[in-house]
Formats: sequence, C-alpha cells, structure tokens
Amino acid sequence: MKTIMKSALLVSLSAMAGLALAQSATDDIAKYREMIADGNPSELYEAAGEDIWQKPMGPKNATLQKCDLGKGPGVVKGAAAELPRYFKDTNKVQDLESRIITCMEKLQGYDPKEIISAGFEKGKRKDVEAVVAYVVTHSKGMKINVPNKHPKEKEMFAMGEKAFYFQGGPMDFSCASCHGEDGKRIRLQDLPNITTQKGAALGFGYWPAYRVSSGNFWTMQRRLNDCYRQQRFPEPIYISDVTIALSVYMGVKANGGEMNTPGLKR
Amino acid sequence: MKKLHLLVSAALVVVATSAVAQSKFEKDHAASFNAKGIAGMDRLDRDDTQKFCSDPVALGGKGDAKKREAIEKANMATIKLPSDGKYFGDWKEGEKIAQSGRGATWTDKADTVIGGGCYNCHQINKKEISHGNIGPSLWNYGKIRGNSVDVVQYTWGKIYNAKAYNACSNMPRIGHFKLLNEDQMRHVMALLLDPESPVNK
Repeated sequence: MKTIMKSALLVSLSAMAGLALAQSATDDIAKYREMIADGNPSELYEAAGEDIWQKPMGPKNATLQKCDLGKGPGVVKGAAAELPRYFKDTNKVQDLESRIITCMEKLQGYDPKEIISAGFEKGKRKDVEAVVAYVVTHSKGMKINVPNKHPKEKEMFAMGEKAFYFQGGPMDFSCASCHGEDGKRIRLQDLPNITTQKGAALGFGYWPAYRVSSGNFWTMQRRLNDCYRQQRFPEPIYISDVTIALSVYMGVKANGGEMNTPGLKR
Repeated sequence: MKKLHLLVSAALVVVATSAVAQSKFEKDHAASFNAKGIAGMDRLDRDDTQKFCSDPVALGGKGDAKKREAIEKANMATIKLPSDGKYFGDWKEGEKIAQSGRGATWTDKADTVIGGGCYNCHQINKKEISHGNIGPSLWNYGKIRGNSVDVVQYTWGKIYNAKAYNACSNMPRIGHFKLLNEDQMRHVMALLLDPESPVNK
C-alpha cells in the first residue's frame, strides 16, 4: 500500500513538474519530501551501487572493496562529507566521482577515458553514478568537512572561486548571476547563495539527489553540467578541473553544514 | 634567410599575443570544456565587460570607477535605436517572448527561437505568479513612468544593452548579442509601455 501511494505521488509530481504554472511547487515538494522521508527513490540507486561495490568485475575481476575514498581502503562511512580532497597516489585533488573512477581503473582495470566520454547514465558511467548513491548515503547526517590545507587543495579552491565568478557566453552569465545573493529565485525556484556558508551547505549538502522532474538520480557532476548548460557555456568535461574546483569551493564554503545526501529535488 | 627571419618574428608575435590574451587560469578553465552543439568554445572568450564583471568586487558595484565608466560608455555606444523609428509592436507577442526562457544552450538548435526570458527574473504581468526576483518588478512599468521620449529611449536602450546603464547588471545584453531581433524587442516594449498592455492596468 505504501509503495502504491509512493508511485502515485511520483506520477502526480512528475505531471506537476511539467506545468509552467506550478504555483506552489516549492511547498508541494516540501510536503512530498515529508511524506517519503523514509523512502527517497535514490534507495534503488544506492542498492545497485552497493552490489557494484561488492561484486568482482572488470578486466581484473576485482571488487571495489579496497577502494580508498580518503578515509582508508574500503571505508565508505563519512567519505563523501570530506570530498573533494588531495590524494597522494594520483597527486590530484579528486571529487567522489573521479576517485571512484580511479578505483575502477586501478583495482578493476577499466579504462577511465571510456567513462569520461560516455554520457550520464551511459555505459560504465551508470555504475559510477550508482556507487555515488551508495557512498553519499553513508555520509547522511554528518558534518561537511572538506579539507583546504594541502597546496593543491588551496589551488583548487582558488580556481573554483574564479570559475564561480567567470562571466561569459551570449547572456553574460556566471554561477554568481544566480547564486551570489540571498533570497533570489528564477521563476519559483529558490536559489541558494553559494557565497555564504548557509547557502553553500544548501547546495553541497543536498546534492547528489533524486530529481523528481527528470525522474532520475543526479550526481554533483551532473548538477554542475546542467548549470553550465543553462549558463549557455560550452560543455564542461566530466571530472575536469573546473568541475572539481567548483566542488572544492562549494564544499569548503559549506564546511560545518550537514550532509543530507542523497537529496530529493524538484 | 630573410624568409626564416620573418617566420620566426611571426611565431614570436603569435606567442606574445596569446600570452597577453590568456592567463593561466583562463587556459586551465578553457581546458575543462568542450564545444557542444551550438555552444562553441568562443563563448569563453570574454569581452571587456565580462572580464571586468568576473571580479566579485566589480560585480558588487565597487572597484575601479573609471574602468566602470568606460565600460558603460562603450556599451552605450553599441545601442542602435530602431531603424524605422518605431518602438512598439504587439504587447500580446511581447508577453509570449517574455514567457520563453528557451534558446542558446547546447541542447538547442541554431534555429531555436530564443526567448526574452523576462519572467525568469522579473515580475511583469501580475497574473503570472511564476516569476523570478533577480531583477526588479516591472508591474505598471509604463503607468508609473509614462511614455515620454526619454522613457521610451531609455527602455529600448536598457533592453538592447543593460550594461550601458550598469556595467555589471545581471541582465543579458539582449539587442547587442542578438538574443532578440528589433521586431521582438518592439513587442516587449509594447508589453512594458503600451497603455493597453495588462502590465499597465
């Protein structure tokens, strides 16, 4: 019965999301969040991700269970709350997605180039997304604590800040055009002010998320990709420096806030 | 030998210009993107206005006042008044243009009609409650301001190139970057200023 109700809600919400005049969309989504607080559809992705984490796969027929997400090999709990961070073995600052791909390459023998060139929800990228859902669930309720100590982390923070304010394209948009002031909206969509701790935590703490309007799970990389699409920019390359730098900027700004991942979004 | 010398000089010139043209950040930033569909890499080549307003201090309305003035002047110089002296079209068409936020993304086609995107940021007709608030309310725009030549020309100019009046305005330069053509701009003008437009009721 509960499942049927949830499905009915999902259907009605998807229909609602299509309406141009969704006058109280924000309220309705808040109600929806309450109603299914014990069952975010992200759970399906999370369950798939847990399987993928444990199953021997790839040219090396290995699992991801020894993957080091920053808190030691195999430690999933709390890892997402402290990413992106600098990793000694790759000598790079990595976000959750780029780090999972490193593990898929090193432990299982997959070709990262194929994952980078695949689209969202395509090929092996789909497995990365499921593992993301699994990992972020295990940071739910924890404090955001993205490090900004290593020189490369500081470099990425600085790059993220510059990228955030970088204006371009035929509409002169930057991230700051929408996310630089308190209390702003596009149509009825509230826009967090990412230049403040509170606003950054609203962004960083609720993505990755299940997105009701598109009916699928979106990672942070996908969220940023769609921001750039609407900014009228060319497409950011998956796990490129700019995307990771923006995550560092947002995460460090959000430090002290709470991880509510996976979120549930319009 | 002379030819070689010329070649070397040419190479040096190229190196020198590109060094001036792109900072390390700009290079690293551009390396993170790929052209896709109609969204080419040239969209990351910023003009003086975009460069100036990429600085959070300037964006916040502070910083180099002289530079700001120069940028506003340069943008003012781009404004073209309507070729036939006619400023007004049909407010009903203007409403449609104001409603549409489509166009110019990498998922759009070259012939996708670009909307004005006005309601994304402005309240306009009060009946439309799904409006943003990044820009000021335009409800009763003409009723409050009248339609003197000054008001009409300012409004045209503001739509054409908002940066002429405020260097780092959040508003796109709609005429300057050809997001709307003259006819479409006339329709939006009517929506704002025509006494018959619901905006002025």
